[in-house]
Amino acid sequence: MSAFAALLARDVRLATRAGGSAMLALAFFAAVVTLVPFGIGSEAKLLARVAGGVVWVAAVLANLLALDRLFQADYEDGSLDLLALSPLAFEGIAAAKISVHWLTTGLPLTILSPILALLLNLPTSAYVALVMSLLIGTPAISAIGAVAAALTLSIRRGGLLLPLLVLPLLTPVVIFGAGAVLAKLDGIENGAFWLLAAFSVAAVLLAPFVAAAALRLNLSE
Amino acid sequence: MFSYANPKRFMELSGRILPWLGAATAILFAVGVYLSFTAPADYQQGATVRIMFIHVPAAWVAMMAYGFMALASLIGLVNRHPLADVAAKQAAPLGALFTVLALITGSLWGRPMWGTYWQWDGRLTSFLLLLFLFLGYIALWNAIENEVRAAKAAAILALVGVVNLPIIEFSVQWWTTLHQGESIFRKGGPLISAVFLWPLFVMAAAYTLLFFTLLIVRMRTEILERRARALALGANA
Repeated sequence: MSAFAALLARDVRLATRAGGSAMLALAFFAAVVTLVPFGIGSEAKLLARVAGGVVWVAAVLANLLALDRLFQADYEDGSLDLLALSPLAFEGIAAAKISVHWLTTGLPLTILSPILALLLNLPTSAYVALVMSLLIGTPAISAIGAVAAALTLSIRRGGLLLPLLVLPLLTPVVIFGAGAVLAKLDGIENGAFWLLAAFSVAAVLLAPFVAAAALRLNLSE
Repeated sequence: MFSYANPKRFMELSGRILPWLGAATAILFAVGVYLSFTAPADYQQGATVRIMFIHVPAAWVAMMAYGFMALASLIGLVNRHPLADVAAKQAAPLGALFTVLALITGSLWGRPMWGTYWQWDGRLTSFLLLLFLFLGYIALWNAIENEVRAAKAAAILALVGVVNLPIIEFSVQWWTTLHQGESIFRKGGPLISAVFLWPLFVMAAAYTLLFFTLLIVRMRTEILERRARALALGANA
């Protein structure tokens, strides 16, 4: 089994066991979405309009939960140093971690999203758009989040700094992702979905290199 | 460039040019403010057009500050130039300040002009993001204890965020927006008449010199602080 696949399998197993981050992120996602109608009122028309955006924002926040432990857990017990000595390059380690994060957080969120959108009264025409936009956008969230996680690796309270670093970089994803849902609702073609896809592809392809540079930096002392 | 990498030489050189730089800044501000107040009132906007002479240069310098920070970060990462990291670190708070200034003055200008203090259009949103990028950069510097590592990590962050600059610049072309479109740096020359352009450019020059004056002061302070820390460590050894 290749080093990449081995790392992938190990981390997926770690994340999906009890106490791992997968279930936690899903629960947080549901909690945030449930909280919103208490805040903005439960008028059906209003909720229908904001449903796509609310689900998107909740998805971003839920994805952030697991990010600060992405490299930190291995850094603290020395596994990251061992991984650094393995035949897998830092770029491969970063790519594996990003993939695991998406498989255990982004993908389950995407699958759960239609049910939560139902709670927010999203019109039926927009469900496919919502799921597709999340499917394409969540890898970008994992990728950019991994870059920030690698940068804040050795900071003791890095978990608090990470959202501040990541959210400005994630705004295009939210703008285009929620914009794709709104475009479907309004029946206009504004290319938001394609811009989202382009941004996501660029982020996923470039992030492993940037995260690897940050990892090398933090391990090099 | 590397002949100035020696901090001692930088201190000598900057110490000599700083008074001149400061004087030039003061003179340009004096001229710029005078020109701003003597420029005629706009036929549509009346006297509030003068906010342009504070707002636009601040926005230009904020973007320039980020570009400067990104360039210094690149030089620090690639060339390992010792002062590049200091320059990038000290440019960030200044850039953040100019960004806040541009946001506030723009907001105050928007109320009489557009009827709103804020609008979530492309230009304003990406400019607000610029502020958060500056703040995140400063936070990262402060969070990492090892100076060398902090410099490199912050450099990576600055370079990742530099993609925001072209977005700000071209946002008025790509999206319909309340914000003024391309009026000065465009094909076919500026749309604004010379009587407004002169105060604008003089104020822009003044703001730019102010940025570099303050930057040099901050860099000198940083170098002195590092020396003081090194001396303290040496004294305790």
